[in-house]
Amino acid sequence: MYRIGLDIGSTTIKCVVLEENGKLVYQSYQRHRAQIKEKTEEVLTYIDQEITHHQPVQLAITGSAALGIAEKFSIPFVQEVIATQEAVENYSEPIDVVIELGGEDAKILFLTNGVEVRMNGSCAGGTGAFIDQMAVLLNVELEEMDQLASQADCIYPIASRCGVFAKSDIQPLLNQGASKENVAASIFQAVVNQTIGGLAQGRDLVGRMMFLGGPLTFFKSLQKSFVNTLKLTPEMGIFPENAQYYVAYGAALYSDKEHGIDIAQLLGVMRQQSDANHYQGHLSPLFADENEYRTFVARHQAHDIARDDLATYSKKVYLGIDAGSTTAKIVAVGENGELLFGHYATSDGNPIQIVREALLAIYQENPAVQIASAAATGYGEELVRQAFNLDFGLVETVAHLTAAQRFMPEVDFIIDIGGQDIKCFKIKNHIIDTIFLNEACSSGCGSFISTFATALGYGVEEFAQMGLFAKNPVDLGSRCTVFMNSSVKQAQKKGASVEDISAGLSISVVKNALYKVIRANSKEDLGHHIVVQGGTFLNDSILRAFEMEVQSEVIRPTIAGLMGAYGAALYAKNQKLSQSQILTAEQLKTFTHQVTNEICQLCGNHCQLTINQFIHGRLIAGNRCERPLNQHTVVKETVVYNAYQFKRQQIQKRIAKKNASRGRMGLPMGLNMYENYHFYHALLTALDFEVVRSPFGSRALYLEGQHTVPSDTVCYPAKLMHGHLEYLLKQNLDGIFYPCMAYNFDEKISDNHYNCPVVAYYPEVLKANMKTLNEKNFIMDYLGPHNPKHFLKAMQQALLSFGHINYFTMKKAVNTAYESYESYLKTLKDYGMEAITYARNHNLPIIVLAGRPYHIDPEINHGIDQLITSFGAVVISEDCLPLAQDKPKTRVLNQWTYHARLYNAARYIAQQDDMYLVQLVSFGCGLDAVTTDEVREILERENHIYTQIKIDEINNLGAVKIRLRSLFAAIEQQRKAVTADDSAAIR
Amino acid sequence: MTQLQYDDNGRVIFTEEMKETYTILVPMMLPVHFELFKPIFTAEGYHLEIINTQNANIIENGLKYTHNDICYPAQLVIGQLMDALQSGKYDLNKVALMMTQTGGGCRASNYVSLLRKALAKAGLAQIPVVSLNFNGLEDNPGFKITLSMVKKLAHAVIYGDLFMLLRNQTLPYEREAGSVDRLIDKHVQILLHDFAQNKSMGKKALRQKMRQITADFVALLSSERHKIKVGVVGEIYVKFAPLGNNNLEEFLRNEDAEVVIPGLLDFLLYTIDTGIEDYRLYGGSRLKKYVSQYLLNYFENIQKDMIAVIKDFPQLTPPSNFSHTKSLAKGFIGYGAKMGEGWLLTAEMLELIDQGVNNIVCTQPFGCLPNHICGRGMIRKIKECFPEANIVPIDYDASATKVNQENRLKLMLSTGRKIAEGKI
Repeated sequence: MYRIGLDIGSTTIKCVVLEENGKLVYQSYQRHRAQIKEKTEEVLTYIDQEITHHQPVQLAITGSAALGIAEKFSIPFVQEVIATQEAVENYSEPIDVVIELGGEDAKILFLTNGVEVRMNGSCAGGTGAFIDQMAVLLNVELEEMDQLASQADCIYPIASRCGVFAKSDIQPLLNQGASKENVAASIFQAVVNQTIGGLAQGRDLVGRMMFLGGPLTFFKSLQKSFVNTLKLTPEMGIFPENAQYYVAYGAALYSDKEHGIDIAQLLGVMRQQSDANHYQGHLSPLFADENEYRTFVARHQAHDIARDDLATYSKKVYLGIDAGSTTAKIVAVGENGELLFGHYATSDGNPIQIVREALLAIYQENPAVQIASAAATGYGEELVRQAFNLDFGLVETVAHLTAAQRFMPEVDFIIDIGGQDIKCFKIKNHIIDTIFLNEACSSGCGSFISTFATALGYGVEEFAQMGLFAKNPVDLGSRCTVFMNSSVKQAQKKGASVEDISAGLSISVVKNALYKVIRANSKEDLGHHIVVQGGTFLNDSILRAFEMEVQSEVIRPTIAGLMGAYGAALYAKNQKLSQSQILTAEQLKTFTHQVTNEICQLCGNHCQLTINQFIHGRLIAGNRCERPLNQHTVVKETVVYNAYQFKRQQIQKRIAKKNASRGRMGLPMGLNMYENYHFYHALLTALDFEVVRSPFGSRALYLEGQHTVPSDTVCYPAKLMHGHLEYLLKQNLDGIFYPCMAYNFDEKISDNHYNCPVVAYYPEVLKANMKTLNEKNFIMDYLGPHNPKHFLKAMQQALLSFGHINYFTMKKAVNTAYESYESYLKTLKDYGMEAITYARNHNLPIIVLAGRPYHIDPEINHGIDQLITSFGAVVISEDCLPLAQDKPKTRVLNQWTYHARLYNAARYIAQQDDMYLVQLVSFGCGLDAVTTDEVREILERENHIYTQIKIDEINNLGAVKIRLRSLFAAIEQQRKAVTADDSAAIR
Repeated sequence: MTQLQYDDNGRVIFTEEMKETYTILVPMMLPVHFELFKPIFTAEGYHLEIINTQNANIIENGLKYTHNDICYPAQLVIGQLMDALQSGKYDLNKVALMMTQTGGGCRASNYVSLLRKALAKAGLAQIPVVSLNFNGLEDNPGFKITLSMVKKLAHAVIYGDLFMLLRNQTLPYEREAGSVDRLIDKHVQILLHDFAQNKSMGKKALRQKMRQITADFVALLSSERHKIKVGVVGEIYVKFAPLGNNNLEEFLRNEDAEVVIPGLLDFLLYTIDTGIEDYRLYGGSRLKKYVSQYLLNYFENIQKDMIAVIKDFPQLTPPSNFSHTKSLAKGFIGYGAKMGEGWLLTAEMLELIDQGVNNIVCTQPFGCLPNHICGRGMIRKIKECFPEANIVPIDYDASATKVNQENRLKLMLSTGRKIAEGKI
């Protein structure tokens, strides 16, 4: 009997036919575009007619998308990892480890020394679908991407955990001018890092390795990245020919001898059932009929603006350029704001070229054009501003507000859904009040729909149009785009049509924006005068879904896609300039743009700089501080108050005792140790230990320990601990001291004084996952500093392996420790007072950058503290404030020490006119899901602005800058308003 | 309309008057156990209703009324209650909600506050929320847990555990389909009657009753015993509640596996044990320690009785007693790890392996904090010591799809079968 193996993955269907003796007679590989049943029928029909000639066969199917049909038609099913194992065991040489990357799955199979399989969890970065998405982002074919990567000369750090995270790293790199070659190579490297860090999870990758699956077959550059990273010799790293067929081959081998299958009969059953399945959803259709749709279109057509002809326009012209994440928009307006020119194009990762062409087009249409002023906004603001010598730059929120007010002066809510991001903000008294930006796990934007359209084989517009009259829109949930892929698969399994899916996706994008990004509970939460904009809203399905969800009519300007640029143009006009410095037509013709890469050597961060060279100047991007920009100029010394910097210095100032009698003791510089260091350093030093601490966090340190992280969804500060331990282990120490601390110091401001579970018990994770740690070298006793008496005893016990330390010695040391800790807290308060006084004397805004002690780590906060001081504000932290020592009333349980400080600080700041709270939240911090809402409530009760910044391993500060700049714009407007009020009062 | 009373923090208090006139809604967490809890409250004059719904509106509501980064169980439980309130079945001025609260260091201790926030958002701030806890977190004049109720609840827990164990061990091998579930219904009815009458509450009576129930179940068994055993551990809600784990038990049984689920009593004992461990590690009140020790002994003795009964039936596998389970965790994780399921989660995996159940599903809500430590964090170490262990961690979440979960479960099952056949 012939043996047939079918491997139906998330995107492709692979088939292998073997003769009884195992000889390969046929194999095929095709994309199924989610038409799983049809494609399977097609493949089986071909085999039955051309190869097996209607004889009974052995058959087994495998793959994540095969589950459904296997169940439905009772076809023997084998789990794909088992099939892989089957195939590899038949390979000519023994294999220790198999790494297989598929469409949406990634697996590692350990075959020797304890068989074990690992599959990616619910976060699916680093898979084939991820690479596909990235290729769309780079606007290149897959082969071309592979080709590009082979010519790279540098690698950027790209978050590898999740496709969405990676995207937010990549997009800005492209906008800053990084070359596609380098970005492509960085993407492949991210896949490798994800496989090693996310999948191996603490188990070492050693021995002979085989690489399987589509991506590892097709992308030579990906192969190369694996070989280089794992340092594989050709004998140890095996990339078999036809690797993409291995799983199907395994299924064929696995197929059951005893029960022959008649393919024709099976096909008969399959065809019979084809129409039996109809998807039934519970969501109502977007439009009942054509009529309803026509009324809807007509209503929105009315929101238009005056236009004029650029070619004949002789008065002053104002330009606005919005270099967004995936698109570039250029608008020219006349003296009354009439639209003279509008251009919208995808930037293909290079906005410069698009803008140049658009400008040339303007000059060509009206050679005598009088450009009075020009402004840039958007992600690529700095780049285009520098490249074309534009006069102004403004933050995009302000640009959008300016434009929206033109359509609706009383607007109180704006939502903008672009290609890569969602921006929403509330407007109170004509000032931007609260801003919502989509974070990693809540991004379903425009490009998401286009990626889907492409994957299903349709054009974007065609796909969107299909959803308008869908009868049963699919309910797809509303979280991660990667999850959404599987939801679509599941819906298709149940028989949902492409129309239903299209409508469902539109609805899910809207729900994502409303419930995830804005977290609205009702229409009243948004506002009464809503303007929607951004290219994505030009899609009628999305606009309709939005109106249905908020149950009210909103305004979508006809120029929804151009609003950012239009707002920038209006802004430029308001600046009352008479002649713009923008490049002339002549200059544009000789325009050049070159990009080079350099690693900044000015500090330990070693930022990867992208240097854009233009004829008339250059732009450096990728820097986290101002230093590389000022390299050749003399920096003016200004007094800068930055409590984060101050706290880091306090740590650096502590000196280790040399030649200490009890030996060298290591402290990992992460999580709670950032604060408890002052306690334990004093304690151990007093006991005559030489304290050695690990350095502040860095990307390199993280990568060092990445392979032992067991949970890929734990917060970044916790993941960094593995690197700290790796560092300490290399320091030739007598011990590493990192106690478990379920309880923190009791500051008497909360009902209990817990630490979060991760801070409390992370030493347990380290010990269980880092083989080099053991009872002897790793001291991780449970210590509770809230009870000094008992703490003393516990400490004696903990250090027993260093010889008994008597009561009096210990008591003295413990007292020193408490004193040192107290004095550290007092130093902070003093510093806080000094900073506040300085700020008030100089009329500077005070930003209270709140969070957790470990947020002062430069790798964790990505330099946000310095970014804020660069805006001219004073940065302090919540523990610098002169707070009342009592328990504030909260609506949530107040039993964590760090949280209690936050609530207390929020209560205090709400009473201060010149203080603004910015809360840093680490991605994956479950407890902050509770604190953020509570802090926001406390502040908003007093009409205070609350700003939240979510941080993870993502390096890029693009979104953070928007938030902060908008905050500063709002602060400035508020101050102006107050001054105006004051002068009115005087009059 | 009932006069609303507030405490200092502005919380709506559940008054004595409400006890008479209000219906208290409770989200279902453990199918059999909760059914047994209800009559205990009814006997004391409470109008309790257990909400056991499964529909798409639940998670929709959960996402709408809670922070999207809060754990999945919170979204489900709050969503389920909001869904019930919207159903029109209840007079919104004559209804209260009840939820358990541990007061531990896990964010789950905030569910009650989050439920109140959700009610406020929905404009239903008048609805009182009763926190069911045993450490005096919030006081309500209309809701008091008496000593006799505690005793009955303890019995309900032990019977619940017994039913769960018997069902899991007999259902895959029942001679007549449906007979096991019919038997459970029958015995639950008898127990409900007994609870209402305050009958059979003595220790001896309990033992007798358990023996009788067990014998009835064993009588339904056929002689075959070929199925692969799969253990389920994890975060307490997704471990037990079918709504939380996409009907995991049913799925595994349909895949021809025998499901093994460590009982609720262990969790109860673990929370009591925390009082003793806290004293050992951090000092503090000696009285609290003694009370904990007393309670621990009391409950563990009941557990031992149950084990003794089951041991008399060679067809069945008894669970380990709490002390033994606890001892297994030594060397893996410290007993100070007490947030969420804490060290018990690790210990339960080890208990299963100790009993020869090597195939384990470790369930957790996506991003569950204690699970980073006690679940996922310990798997590598466990596998290192017990290479035959076949553990699959599964994340549950509003948007994690069944397809992906089932694919991973199938892999675990295939691997388990291969190990059983000696192929690995």
